[in-house]
Amino acid sequence: MILSVASGKGGTGKTLIATSLALTLSEKDKVQLLDCDVEEPNADIFIHSHITQSYPVFIPIPKVDETKCTYCGKCAEVCAYNAIAVVNKKVLIFPELCHGCGACSYLCPESAISEEGQEIGVVEKGNSGNIELIQGRLTIGQAMAPPIIREVKRHIDSQNEVIIDVPPGTSCPVVEAVKDSDFCLLVTEPTPFGLNDLSLAVEVMRELGLPCGVGINRVGVGDRKVEEYCGKQNIPILLTIPLDTSIARLYSRGISLVEGIPQWRERFADLFREIKQEAAKPGSSPSADGKQSK
Amino acid sequence: MKEVVVLSGKGGTGKTSIVASFAAIAKKKVLADCDVDAADLYLLLQPQIKQEHEFWSGQTAYIDSEKCNQCGLCEEVCRFGAIGNYVVDSISCEGCGFCSQVCPVDAIVMHENMSGQWFVSETHYGPLVHARLGIAQENSGKLVALVRQNAKHIAEEGNLGYIIVDGPPGIGCAVISSLSGADLALLVTEPTLSGMHDLDRIIELCRHFGIPAMVCINKYDINEENSRQIENYCAKQKVAVVSRIPFDNVVTEALVNGLPVVEFSDGRVSREIENLWKKVSERLTP
Repeated sequence: MILSVASGKGGTGKTLIATSLALTLSEKDKVQLLDCDVEEPNADIFIHSHITQSYPVFIPIPKVDETKCTYCGKCAEVCAYNAIAVVNKKVLIFPELCHGCGACSYLCPESAISEEGQEIGVVEKGNSGNIELIQGRLTIGQAMAPPIIREVKRHIDSQNEVIIDVPPGTSCPVVEAVKDSDFCLLVTEPTPFGLNDLSLAVEVMRELGLPCGVGINRVGVGDRKVEEYCGKQNIPILLTIPLDTSIARLYSRGISLVEGIPQWRERFADLFREIKQEAAKPGSSPSADGKQSK
Repeated sequence: MKEVVVLSGKGGTGKTSIVASFAAIAKKKVLADCDVDAADLYLLLQPQIKQEHEFWSGQTAYIDSEKCNQCGLCEEVCRFGAIGNYVVDSISCEGCGFCSQVCPVDAIVMHENMSGQWFVSETHYGPLVHARLGIAQENSGKLVALVRQNAKHIAEEGNLGYIIVDGPPGIGCAVISSLSGADLALLVTEPTLSGMHDLDRIIELCRHFGIPAMVCINKYDINEENSRQIENYCAKQKVAVVSRIPFDNVVTEALVNGLPVVEFSDGRVSREIENLWKKVSERLTP
C-alpha cells in the first residue's frame, strides 16, 4: 500500500513517524521510503542510507530562435504565467515563472521556440537494509517543488510497502505528494496550532477523497481539543506519542524512535496493521470527486 | 520603515510564538502572517477583521462534454496528467490553458479560481494582515506577496517603523516570496540534526537573495552539544547567533491560553525573547 505521512503544521513529527514505520516494516518486507519534503528533506538523517544514484530534475523552458521569430507575440499571449514577454523586437523569458507546460513552443506559428531543460533540483536513491530511500532536493533559490515531487513518485513500485514523507502545509506540494495514496496519516500536536492546521489538512484529504487517520505527538502538553475534534469528525486516532524529553533528545541526534527505544517497534507494527484495516474499510476511499468540481 | 521576516526552513521551531511575542513587545509596527497555507498567528493575536478580500488567482480548465468530439488532443498535450477520459482533474490542472488553446472544437474553457482570502485586522497589539489560501490551491507565493504589499502600505500610511513577518517553513515558492526585498531575516532553529540541516539551506537561500540574516536557537538546552555546533557553524558562515531560548512548557501553556508567551509569563523564556527583539530592532535601526 501507499501510505502518506502528512500534517498541516511543520515540526509535528512526520519524519519521526515515517522513518520509524519504514524501519519497523523493513524487518520483514521491502519498503520504499519517499522523502517528498524536497525543500527540506530530512528522512535520511534517520535512515543513514547509502546513496548510490543521483540525477538532476529539469523543467523544460522555452528557448527562442531569433532568426525565425517574427515577434508576433503569440507565445506571450498563450503563456498563463507571464513567463514570456515580447517587447521591441525582443523576447524576454522569465524561467522562474515558467511551469514548463509547452504551450508556447507548440503554438508558435514560426516553430521558432524549442525547449531546453533548466535544472531545479535532484533526485537521489539509496538503500539501507530492506529500505529503498528516494529523496528529492530542491535547488536553493528555485521556487517550484511539485515537478521534483512528481519525479520522486515516478519510482513507486507498488509491490512494496510505500511510505511518503510529505512536506508541511496545504498547498500544491502537499497535494502532489499525497495524491494517489491509499491512506494518509496526519500527524499533529495537542495545541491550538496543531488543531488549526490539522483541520486544514483534513479538508485537503476530503477534497482529494483520501481516507485519513491521526497521530498525536507530544501528548501531555496542551489541551484535549484535538481528541474532541477527531471524535466529532469521526477520524480515528491511530497513534499517540507522549511528551518525553528522552524522545526529543533521540530525535535531536538523528535517532529514530524504534532504534532508540526498541519497545516502540511493536507499536509501529500494530499501527501499520490498523492503517491497513482502516484503508480497507468500505467507504473509506470515496472516489475522487475532485474532478471538475469547480 | 524596516521589515524583518522570521523563517526557519524546518517547521515547528517556534516562529509564530516568537512573532506573537514581538507583537506584544515592539512599538509602532504592523504584523503580517505569510504562512498562508497554515496561518496560526491569529490564534495568539485575537484579531478583529476589518477588511476581507477575495484572492482570485490562476485558472482551471473545464471541458464541455456536449461540444467535445473526443479527439483526445487535450490529453495528449497536457504535461500535468490532468486530463483523462475527456474530463479535467481540477486538482492536477495547473491552469496553463494549453488544452483550451489547441482544442479544435473550442470545447474547453478556462475558469478563474477563487484561491483564497486575505484580511486586514485590528489586534490589541496593532494591525495584522493575514490570509487563508483555499484548500489545495496553488499560487501561495502570489498571496504572500499580496499580504506583504498590504502590510507595507499600512506601515507607510500609519508611519509605523516595523513590519514583522511570520514566514512559512521550507525554502520554496512561498518562502522566496516572503523573503525577497526584506531588510532582515531572523532564522529560528532548534538543536536537532534536522533543524541544523534545514538552517544550512535557509542561510544559503538568504545569501542567494542578498538578505542579511541572524539566528536564534530555540530550545537550545534540548541538546547543548548540537547548540554549540550551530554556533560554530554560524561563526564560520559569519551569521550572528543573537539568542538562545531555553525549552520550557510555558510556551505551550501560553499558546493554549491564546496569549503571546511574554504576556503570559515573565520567566526566562520571556526575558530572552525581549532580549531577542532588542537585538533585532538594533540591527534594523542602528
